Amino acid sequence: MTLQRLWTRGAIYLVLIAFAAYYMIPFYVMIITGLKPYEDVNVTRMWELPRGIYLEGIIEAWQRVSPNFINSVIITVPAALISSLIGSINGYIFAKWRFRGADTLFILFLVGMFLPYQGILIPLVLTLQKVGLYGSMGGLIMVHCIFGIPITALLFRSYYAGIPNELLDAARIDGCGFFGIFRWILLPLSLPAFAVVLLWQFTTIWNDFLIGLIVLSSPRLAPINVAVQNIAGSFSVEWNVQMSAALIAAAPTIIVYLALGKLFMRGLLAGSLKG
Amino acid sequence: MAERAVAQGEVGLAASIKGRKRKSWWRSDMVLAILVLSPSIIAVAVFIYSFIAWTFYISTVKWNSQVPDYTFVGLTNWVRLLGDNRFHIDLRNLVYYAIGFMSQCIIFGFIIAALLDQKIKGEALFRTIIIFPFAVSGIVTGVAWRWLMQPTTGINILFAKIGLESFQPLWNSHPKYGMWAVSIAAAWQMTGYVMALYLAGLRGIPHELREAAAIDGAGALATYRYIIIPLLMPVTFTAIVLTGMNSIRVFDLVSAMSGSGPAFATDTLAFNMFQSTFGAYRYSLGAAIGSFMIILSAFLVIPYLFSMRGEVER
Repeated sequence: MTLQRLWTRGAIYLVLIAFAAYYMIPFYVMIITGLKPYEDVNVTRMWELPRGIYLEGIIEAWQRVSPNFINSVIITVPAALISSLIGSINGYIFAKWRFRGADTLFILFLVGMFLPYQGILIPLVLTLQKVGLYGSMGGLIMVHCIFGIPITALLFRSYYAGIPNELLDAARIDGCGFFGIFRWILLPLSLPAFAVVLLWQFTTIWNDFLIGLIVLSSPRLAPINVAVQNIAGSFSVEWNVQMSAALIAAAPTIIVYLALGKLFMRGLLAGSLKG
Repeated sequence: MAERAVAQGEVGLAASIKGRKRKSWWRSDMVLAILVLSPSIIAVAVFIYSFIAWTFYISTVKWNSQVPDYTFVGLTNWVRLLGDNRFHIDLRNLVYYAIGFMSQCIIFGFIIAALLDQKIKGEALFRTIIIFPFAVSGIVTGVAWRWLMQPTTGINILFAKIGLESFQPLWNSHPKYGMWAVSIAAAWQMTGYVMALYLAGLRGIPHELREAAAIDGAGALATYRYIIIPLLMPVTFTAIVLTGMNSIRVFDLVSAMSGSGPAFATDTLAFNMFQSTFGAYRYSLGAAIGSFMIILSAFLVIPYLFSMRGEVER
């Protein structure tokens, strides 16, 4: 019995380790290729470790994509902050001020979370051109904030739903109104929710490719993922530079994920309406 | 006193405030709430709903050049699209991709979650590693897997090393089955997400149920077959909808891996829409593809949100 149990446990760990290895392989390949010098990046030696640490790939990649990396920071940070603020106030209203039709309206919001953007891209471009925001970072930030309305409202709504109404009642009796309750009761309790939403929006907007590609036509303004794609698309760029560029693009979200994995997980579950 | 407050809390904010004066206060605050929400309502109404309607409208006009032309042509673009060879290939690719991607995500996601639920040492580490790919973008995923799937190197070298010199697939460069290869890269990225959903679902199953099954003499496999998998049906439904939605709109990964590929082997609806519209300036045709994608997604989103209604209206 115990021997059989030992076997089963061993097999479970073995399978898990195999899976873990599988999910790490592309990262392993990106890192070893990124650290190889140009002449060592060839098809036969692909799986071999670099002979040392060569930073020429990383340096060349950084020279190519650093302006775009900065663009992505300029786009992502304000967009994540603004959309989290919008989300918190919307979530507050959907959770605590349930006017007639609020739930139906909320579901209509959620639809926007799931639909493919291809169904709205053409009017989006036409509208942005008309109001003069096409091709500008401000326009892209605005678009990210608008497309973030559903998910941020959802995340904050489920968080605020857990805050007891008695607390709000007490604040009302003390003379707080709509904004007072939000400012003095909910906002001070919102830190965990803000962390989850900020993290989620940061990752989503940083990793975006399609909207950045459509709204910012100039390569000079392009966010990092568009730049990486441009590098990967040109055959003159060596693999070690491509991999380095991909690593640079992935670094911020990877760091954030490793530092705040628990929050990431919570956003993941809530984002599917579960959790 | 406390009990009364709790009872009032259940009725809601409005009911607990007595007196006419307070009630009118409540009303004006409610108006304020709707007022504060209204910019978001307008944004969603314009940027999502009116844009969808607008896209459908563009699909019925004659705008297939750089110059906007709003001459109504009815379903001409749709008829052309439905007869288009590239569109047929896109639909075939959607089927390949959806089957490959969804089954990998759901089967691997469930297996890993079930294994991690066995009181594993280092569970957090395994979980972190398996969700890890979800933190990186589709472009990064595509760049890495393009290198791994080069026919002359990458995975094929590993195959040759273990004696499979004759098994050297073309992966995403295969003129017919390239989409299966793309689905492998996509599933690599999203399996962790599905795993997290299943893990949360497994943690929600009460221990008494498993104990009862064990007492009745059910083995581990029977417990999964007859108790756990049926109980996890809602999670499976969620996973099907989310991965299905991803299948319809896959774009980033394909752009980074191979574009439309040889003989459109890795072309997708999203990529076709993008190229037709912003590359070939066939706006009306692109709008028809976009509208088609919206209709396809509606078949998944509407039942999903309908099933979630109870959960949303807490």
